[in-house]
Amino acid sequence: MELKLGILVNEGPYTHQASDTAYHFTKAALEKGHEIFRVFFYHDGVNNGTRFTVPPQDDRNLQKAWSELAAKAKLDLVVCIAAAQRRGILDTGEAKRHGKDSDNLAPGFRISGLGQLVEAGIVADRLVTFGD
Amino acid sequence: MPTLHTINKSPFERSSFASALNHLLPGDALLMIEDGVVGARKSSAFAGRLEAAAKTCRVYVLGPDLAARGIAEKDVVAGATLVDYGGFVDLVTGHDRTQAWL
Amino acid sequence: MNDGKATNGAAGAKKRFMYVNRKAPYGTIYALESLEVVLISAAFEQDVSLAFLDDGVYQLTKGQNTTAIGMKNFSPTFKALGDYEIKKLYVEKESLDERGLAPEDLMQITYEDEDEDYAEKPLIHIVSRSELTEILARQDVLFNF
Repeated sequence: MELKLGILVNEGPYTHQASDTAYHFTKAALEKGHEIFRVFFYHDGVNNGTRFTVPPQDDRNLQKAWSELAAKAKLDLVVCIAAAQRRGILDTGEAKRHGKDSDNLAPGFRISGLGQLVEAGIVADRLVTFGD
Repeated sequence: MPTLHTINKSPFERSSFASALNHLLPGDALLMIEDGVVGARKSSAFAGRLEAAAKTCRVYVLGPDLAARGIAEKDVVAGATLVDYGGFVDLVTGHDRTQAWL
Repeated sequence: MNDGKATNGAAGAKKRFMYVNRKAPYGTIYALESLEVVLISAAFEQDVSLAFLDDGVYQLTKGQNTTAIGMKNFSPTFKALGDYEIKKLYVEKESLDERGLAPEDLMQITYEDEDEDYAEKPLIHIVSRSELTEILARQDVLFNF
């Protein structure tokens, strides 16, 4: 049976494996025909959404991997606004509003409120959490 | 109404593995991922507790994480089943809820 | 809090949401950011409860004083949960025992029950490990941070 899944990512890339596992899980779920209702990035997970990461060439680029998967599968990648502002992840509007000289949100990601996580819990058939 | 419990930390590092085992109901499933697969190695100091859990629950290990840590399939505790990421997805959809013991 | 209110019509019946708190406050941000989700979720009119086990029981201790570490003491926020219609805080007895804590070491958190002439009722329920295991198994969604 095909289900709607919500994904919660609590850690940033590279320090923890959480984002890698979430990415492989999401890909596998899509291949099985399930719908990914939303991927919500919370806590340090918001660090998956900066386009300023420059990992070494022989390492995976998780931000790019998420952005490409989002484009291909029309994923809704949501970065928590409160967590993002604490950690310096800003979209164009937020950067302007706070007088910062640049924004850094990666393609395919959007910044929104915690209500988006609660909504994922309500709408999705299952919520799967990846963290530390 | 069985629950899937995911464990991503070694039982030698944190108490979350033991905590998960303390909150299992018969018929629940346990899936070791990331550093959690360290708990799946047979003849470890922890193996007895996992084997005991396997008597009333189903026990799974994420194969890619096992391979990454150099644990061979033959060295996994009796009663544990290897799954890939697709199998992980099936476990999530096949249970009513997922409890992540972070 | 009415602005963010979601109607349940489209999404169907209320879901049982449980926020599982297993980490002490301040050493990591998980406890604080978990509480932030709890407060937001109140606006969505779901059946919300909180579990405190393992080091999570330390989120509810009384007498927290964060002045010297330079961080905000967010423990008073738990006392407001009743106003958000969140009235079920389950604390695992074994987790308290293991840590040398007693129920008296926790904050007194109450709400006024409007159905019973505004009698003060406790929000915190001390439950055994096996009771909490059963409660977890009755939920629709478990939030872990």
